[in-house]
Amino acid sequence: MNWLQRLWRRRQMEEQLEKELRFHLDQYESELIANGHDPEEARRQAALALGGPEQVKEYCRDARGTRWLEDLLQDIRFALRMLRKNRAFAAVALLTLALGTGATTVMFTVVNGVLLKPLPYPEPNNLVTVRGHTETWNTKIFGEQNVAYPDFLDCKRDSRSLEMAGTLYDGGTVSEPGPPEYVDLREISSGLFSVLRVNLAHGRAFMPGEDLPGGAPVMILGYSFWQRHFAGRPEALGTSVVLDQKRYTVVGIAPADFRLDGIEPDVYTPIGQNTAAYLQNRSAHPIGVVARLRPGATLANAQAELGLIGRHLAEEYADTNAGRTFLVQPLRPEVGDVRSTLWLLLGAVSLVLLIACVNVASLLLARAVSRERELSMRAALGASRSRLVRQCLTESAVLALSGGLLGLLLADVGVRPFIAFWPGSLPRAQEVHLDWRVMLFAISVSLLSGLLFGLAPALRSPARGLEQALRAGARSVAGTSRRLHSAFVISEIALAIVLLVAAGMLGRTLLMLSSLDPGVNVNNVLVTRMALSPATLADPGRIRPAWQDVLSRASRVPGVQSVALVDTFPMREGNNQIGYSTSADIPPENQQPMTLATSVTPDYLNVMGIPLRRGRFFDDQDRIGNQLVVVIDDVLSKQAFGTQDPVGRRLWIPGTSSPFSSDSKAPDPVLVVGVVGHVRHWGLAGDDQAQVRAQLYYNFAQVPDPLLPRWSQLMSVAVRTSVAPLSVVESLRQQVRGAAGDQVLYEVRTMEQLASGTLARQRFLLLLFGIFAGLALLLACIGIYGVLAYLTGQRVPEIGVRMALGARPADVMWLVFRQSLGMIFGGIAVGIVAALAAGRGLQHLVEGMLPTEPSTLAITVPVLVVAALLASFVPARRASRVDPMTALRQD
Amino acid sequence: MTEKSDLPQGTLDLLILKVVALGPVHGYAIAQRLQQVSRDVVQVPQGSLYPALHRLENRGLLAADWKDTDTGREAKFYRLTRKGRAQLETEAASWDRLAAAVGLILKMSEGGTR
Repeated sequence: MNWLQRLWRRRQMEEQLEKELRFHLDQYESELIANGHDPEEARRQAALALGGPEQVKEYCRDARGTRWLEDLLQDIRFALRMLRKNRAFAAVALLTLALGTGATTVMFTVVNGVLLKPLPYPEPNNLVTVRGHTETWNTKIFGEQNVAYPDFLDCKRDSRSLEMAGTLYDGGTVSEPGPPEYVDLREISSGLFSVLRVNLAHGRAFMPGEDLPGGAPVMILGYSFWQRHFAGRPEALGTSVVLDQKRYTVVGIAPADFRLDGIEPDVYTPIGQNTAAYLQNRSAHPIGVVARLRPGATLANAQAELGLIGRHLAEEYADTNAGRTFLVQPLRPEVGDVRSTLWLLLGAVSLVLLIACVNVASLLLARAVSRERELSMRAALGASRSRLVRQCLTESAVLALSGGLLGLLLADVGVRPFIAFWPGSLPRAQEVHLDWRVMLFAISVSLLSGLLFGLAPALRSPARGLEQALRAGARSVAGTSRRLHSAFVISEIALAIVLLVAAGMLGRTLLMLSSLDPGVNVNNVLVTRMALSPATLADPGRIRPAWQDVLSRASRVPGVQSVALVDTFPMREGNNQIGYSTSADIPPENQQPMTLATSVTPDYLNVMGIPLRRGRFFDDQDRIGNQLVVVIDDVLSKQAFGTQDPVGRRLWIPGTSSPFSSDSKAPDPVLVVGVVGHVRHWGLAGDDQAQVRAQLYYNFAQVPDPLLPRWSQLMSVAVRTSVAPLSVVESLRQQVRGAAGDQVLYEVRTMEQLASGTLARQRFLLLLFGIFAGLALLLACIGIYGVLAYLTGQRVPEIGVRMALGARPADVMWLVFRQSLGMIFGGIAVGIVAALAAGRGLQHLVEGMLPTEPSTLAITVPVLVVAALLASFVPARRASRVDPMTALRQD
Repeated sequence: MTEKSDLPQGTLDLLILKVVALGPVHGYAIAQRLQQVSRDVVQVPQGSLYPALHRLENRGLLAADWKDTDTGREAKFYRLTRKGRAQLETEAASWDRLAAAVGLILKMSEGGTR
């Protein structure tokens, strides 16, 4: 029988023990009788020889070795009984804990799914990426780059430590089967799926022979695309799909939920078949690299090896690769600025949990004081100090775990709505669910908080003199506990202040940001990306007329006032950063000043409502062959020309980033013809801190022919309407479909949506901090109420004496208020210091955040004081109504 | 009345093992046997007999079954397990060594070794 069985058969064991001892006594007794003793005497002697039966039994139980567990179970049963008996206490404590752990667990579930979980591929720790790094480049702005395709092929061929695959973002129009649709295309190396160790859902991956120029045109479909267009039928394999006028044979279906950089592509084609010029050019860097360390290789090996390859390439191709090296980095999920938001929220929510813990601690402490007699009785009956501490801790652990389990249930229900509520789309949202990590987290958090709120009451329980406590009777003296209680209330108020001030700061920031002028008139503007017909794109001569046709057709749509084309429109929707020079003597690349460059058509200013400050905007005379002209904004004007009039001045834009010429040594100058207002391109919140704010516009009509197909893939249509912008979408779609009906609009949005989207993070944070602060305020008030009610209850006899001696009810109320004010202001003092520190942290994490100001404190602190005084009102009033006679007779 | 001695620490277990080694036996009989064999010299407090039995059972040195006695009453009979027998042998051997050593020391004549 092992200990578990023994535990299980406890009752049977008890019966047997009883029977065994009974047998012993009976035998001894009958033997004594046989030896001539009187039966009465015999029983007495037998009992005497054995000793106290209960004591013997107790020793036998000890000998079983399951003592600790039996005690634990007993304590747990006792704790549950106590909870059942004190329903009000149990309800308040459990609810508080469930809310605290529930909210914390929701946040952790999201943090776990988005930030902590490894990539969803087998053996994710061996996955790395290779990035390009050029010494002479302004890495502060550009960061590290992707890799040129020829460089990638060389690395792939020469590397012994890495198994490499490349990917290239692209897009195209699928015109068959079904109506034309613009799709997210990913061109991939044949080895991609095997590098990731991912099996296709159906069919096969690309063969190496297909990853070469002239290979058979094959395609792999994304799972969702396959579901959408083929209703998930396996017969899709072997059928053909027409993408940008080229017919491909479907050979495979990617598995469900397979993502690259967090996006599920619609279709995949072999990258090696793409013969576009920029893929043969070592100075263009479009290839994202996914690689796996071969068995035995380490990151350092791989880095050393690729460093060597990089040096060889730099020698061999000095004009394109000088100073260029490769960096091997662990492959990590791309989550962007979500990281800081999530940690911020997890931090805020743990403050709420902390308040909940303090609350429960003060409730428990109040109970421990009133249970002093019970505990002293236990001590008198022989319970050791450690045994009593263990009992108290077990009780709080039971409380904490029950609260934690409730919280886990809450989290399970709450996490989906929370994600749905996230502004924009949460990266890796599909990875967010309750798993063993979350369970472990919730259980450890609740046990830890149980320890936190259980320790103070537990340690004090048997600390006092035994007989003193017994003698004190019902009138317990609450000296030490009063100090502890005040400390609890002070910390609660301090924590609530931190959250309130943070919420106040966010609110003020949001108010300030939304009152900012975005620089464009966002009302009634529709922006949508557009793909020209693939047939047109294949023939550069037809591109300009096709766009002209789009513009004139769109302007005929009822409700459309003006229409323009634009490559990167404001509110963070893409950007093109270029270097420029104010003289023909062009400085090296990393010393050139930078500006955003935007390609537009002449009506852009009207569509966006951007004010013209000086000179003119573009007109139809600004064509290829005529003088190259640009229009700049206030910021660039000041940055490049100071206070001088920029109109008529010239700028030089070096070839590597120029949309005008490819001669990097001696580019033609461009003429500044006008100045327009600055547009908050990086969003309402982000623009002030952006690295590159200056803006330069150039006419799409002056983009040279070789660049035209690439540019045409980036263009969007922007429309100013006289009616609700979304109401013109359908007629616009019909009008611009083109002769073959295969020109499509995608990513249709209004500028209003985009502008408010740039504040979504701040708004979301404000809302959550508001909720947390409200919760904290509520919990703190409950805590103050509970503590004061308890402390005043303890002082009833004292109050009785005071009133008997002539104190008026107002004096008594003041007595209580004075106590509560002391705690409140103590908490505020601590809280303000903590809030100032937290505010500085917040400024780092949230863009556009204003610093903590006295006005924020001036608004939030009174809110708390009023709430706290309200909470102390009820106990104070009750104290003032104490009847001196009953109070004095209480003992 | 003969003079009684307390048992030296740790020897009760050894004595119980030895008595049980003679064949399945119940608690009361163990107490009787110890009393008789030691000719009433060794004082076994009955109160500590049962915790010791339970401890030995818990350690797997003894096993127990409920069986009828000669008088037809049901009693808990203890018997030695294989592990118990091994334990008995080692403990008995070490007891012998200890007793012999103690005996030698006690027989030593005054004035030290010669």
